[in-house]
Amino acid sequence: MTDIRKPTEALPGKQQEDRELLSRDQNTRPLLEARGVTLQYKTKNHLVTATYRVSMDVFAADRFVLLGPSGCGKSTLLKGIGGFLSPVEGDIRLGGKIVTGPGPDRMTVFQEFDQLLPWKTVKQNIMYPMLINGVSKKEAEERALIYIEKVNLRKFPDAYPHMLSGGMKQRVAIARAMVMEPDILLMDEPFAALDALTRRQMQEELLQLWEDTKFTVIFVTHSIEEAVIIGSRILVLSPHPGQVKAELNAHQFDITDAGSTDFQALQQKIHNMLFAERVEDDASVRRYEIDEAEEATDYE
Amino acid sequence: MNKAAMAPSIIERAEFEAPVLNTDNITEIELPLSIWERIRNITVVRRFSILIVVALVWQMYAMYAKNPLMFPEFTDMIAALWDASVNGDLLIMCWRSIQLLLIGYAIGVAIATIMTTVAVSTRIGTDILATLTTGFSPLPAIALLPLALLWFGLGPGSMIFILVHSVLWPLALNTHSGFLSVSHTLRMAGRNFGLSGYQYVGRILIPAAFPSILSGLKIGWAFAWRTLIAAELVFGAASAGGGLGWFIFENRMELETAYVFAGLTAVVIIGLVVEGVIFRTIEVHTVRKWGMQH
Repeated sequence: MTDIRKPTEALPGKQQEDRELLSRDQNTRPLLEARGVTLQYKTKNHLVTATYRVSMDVFAADRFVLLGPSGCGKSTLLKGIGGFLSPVEGDIRLGGKIVTGPGPDRMTVFQEFDQLLPWKTVKQNIMYPMLINGVSKKEAEERALIYIEKVNLRKFPDAYPHMLSGGMKQRVAIARAMVMEPDILLMDEPFAALDALTRRQMQEELLQLWEDTKFTVIFVTHSIEEAVIIGSRILVLSPHPGQVKAELNAHQFDITDAGSTDFQALQQKIHNMLFAERVEDDASVRRYEIDEAEEATDYE
Repeated sequence: MNKAAMAPSIIERAEFEAPVLNTDNITEIELPLSIWERIRNITVVRRFSILIVVALVWQMYAMYAKNPLMFPEFTDMIAALWDASVNGDLLIMCWRSIQLLLIGYAIGVAIATIMTTVAVSTRIGTDILATLTTGFSPLPAIALLPLALLWFGLGPGSMIFILVHSVLWPLALNTHSGFLSVSHTLRMAGRNFGLSGYQYVGRILIPAAFPSILSGLKIGWAFAWRTLIAAELVFGAASAGGGLGWFIFENRMELETAYVFAGLTAVVIIGLVVEGVIFRTIEVHTVRKWGMQH
């Protein structure tokens, strides 16, 4: 899909130099920069460190995937970028400006289906953020209708969210976010609660939308396959607390490649990365040797 | 360990693909319900028939008891209701009560809105609201009337004061708990649009918590109505000219029991209209349409 085809991988230590060597254009600054971001949140009894000194660069038109097992802080990191959570260390800059709070320049698509306003129809939901941010009603309606068309909901502009299926609700949420033409679209496991067939269809549609408008998106997932299909670049995070484990290229693959040898090789590589962690963890607890192959099947 | 050896052996069966059956000759895929069933499905019809049964039982007991001073017949009550409405001033008295009620209700709703908005934005606001509601909510409004009469004198002022008291606390309590139960995702979506402060409360929290707010409004209405009638009964002429409670009080003094019943029936009818027509219409056009309540 993109011109560079160098399969690359940066390790946390020498990440900085590698990134400078590999950035597509030495003259372009990244759209979003995160530098040594440590995020913490409080539960009733604990102060949890979700991510520890995570750095990343997202360039325009990137499909940047945050991938990792549960507990690696990928959703928390996305909340940090969204401005819902402030880093205790490091900073997150969007276009050079430090992110201080949530805003419509970083529209978010959440995983949960209840992100739509139940008291508004599909069309009104999509128009709403535009109206709040000063777009005239007429223009908001025109733009909403274009995006309703794009996400294949032309039959349902006047339906209320409770009448829609899960996949349709997520389509509305995607349209609502994209119609604002945000600097970065944030997607927090948007397809995780969908059934497998719908998920596959939504992935295809998302890639089709990207082909149309080349928006920038940060996409959180825990599915390695989804990461390779959706992502142009994948940030692999290790859990407890979330730290950068690797940054990989995946722009050479799209949905039609699923099943090809290269595709599977990358999937396997990521799998092994996450899996290595797992063996170490288990070994330190169990204190005996584990047959790797057996452990792999257990993990799957 | 070889699992295959332990599993029961697989029975070989042929694969097949089935043709789609022709369903044209099935006539009863959608059969309309009978008229009787459809009538029974109308809520108003069912509720109204309950009222008819109550009226019948009333009439039969009164005819058996034959004591119009204690328990007048249903038909006598209807006659009294008609007479008081057409020849007497029952309707004017009803209107006076409702007017007073609406003023008190509106002020109560306004104060509750401000209090809960403050409560949801600051922690000290939450503490104030929680403490005040737990303290004042169980305090009967009527118990404040002597004090209100001392402060505001004999007149609409004291009535409005206790009406506000009876509306404010249940509504504030319901609204606040409604705000707290708004889903985290919806809150984040609202802030993502760039909403904050009172705009966030008005555009996200209030509609999202509307089922709770509506039930708070209903409870508040019932409390206020009760308080008003009771206040007029106890301190008859507290409001100038007197309202529905005063009508009941007067007729009891004159032993016009049928008219007392007529006054009580008027209270019930107004309650039914407000609940069954006004609140129901709001419900149908909001929470039911939005799929928040079924």
